[in-house]
Amino acid sequence: MAKIKRSGIQFFSTVVSNGYFKGFMEGKVYAGPLKNACSPGLNCYSCPGALTSCPIGALQAVIGSARYWYSMYVVGILGVFGLVLGRWICGYLCPFGWFQEWLFKIKSRKCTLPSWTKKIKYVLLVVFVLLLPTLVTNVIGMGDPAYCKYICPVGTLEGGIPLILMNDFLKQALGFLFFWKLGILAMVIIASVLVYRPFCKVLCPLGAIYALFNKVSLYRYHVDIEKCVRCNRCAQVCKMDVVMYKTPNHTECIRCGDCKSICPTSAITSGINIDKAKSL
Amino acid sequence: MKKVQLGLFVVFVSLIVMGIMRGEATMVLEKAVRICLECIGIG
Repeated sequence: MAKIKRSGIQFFSTVVSNGYFKGFMEGKVYAGPLKNACSPGLNCYSCPGALTSCPIGALQAVIGSARYWYSMYVVGILGVFGLVLGRWICGYLCPFGWFQEWLFKIKSRKCTLPSWTKKIKYVLLVVFVLLLPTLVTNVIGMGDPAYCKYICPVGTLEGGIPLILMNDFLKQALGFLFFWKLGILAMVIIASVLVYRPFCKVLCPLGAIYALFNKVSLYRYHVDIEKCVRCNRCAQVCKMDVVMYKTPNHTECIRCGDCKSICPTSAITSGINIDKAKSL
Repeated sequence: MKKVQLGLFVVFVSLIVMGIMRGEATMVLEKAVRICLECIGIG
């Protein structure tokens, strides 16, 4: 039941985030006032259906501009999202996370990643999202959105492919960069069949930001030490490789709830600021 | 809401308000209403 509920929220979030259906038919992007706001999940604002802005794209747009070298607005929005929900957003609201989950359902051999690879997303956040757009600028002081330009497969999937299919002018402008990003997208797709949410674990700078909030977010997990029998089932079922009974608010936990469903003693609960007094 | 969370919440909401006042929301809108060539792998 919990899985159906989560899938329903993921579907709803994806449709709402990309609800400008006219854009898909005309090959244009939505240009209305909703794009002042950022979506909580990673959703490219050049997707023809996108109604809001991508927070990572927006952050780079502001700090890479000639006017500002830091962004109060986007940092504030990310802070509020992270503080209230943490990585629940990754588990429930991110369209690209949901896409990877579907790919993982394809029957194949499944693998896990070495734990050090999960640190890569923090390096990408600092170097490609924060430093390069600020420091590497052109003659008028503008920096490229380096993460969007060189790495982000979401832009290729949601924006690049549909727009290029519908726009002859863009088709003629294709070059090395597009095929580089297409290669990254292809690798993420293949990896997603073998590994659960590899992009979220390794490459997502938005996940890295929300991960930092998991320990202080209002929405949190709680393990009742009096009920927990340390059977380790929560750790075995966790596809994000979290040992829930030891670290209920781990940075990698996307709050999918699989551990809660499998716990034989119902020791794991979640909610807004639930009592931490008995937490492990 | 605990004190740390409340403090952070106030800080983040203040940042949003200050960001809007200095024109960042408009800048985000201006970027987002055009096709971002870098994002789609052309720019």
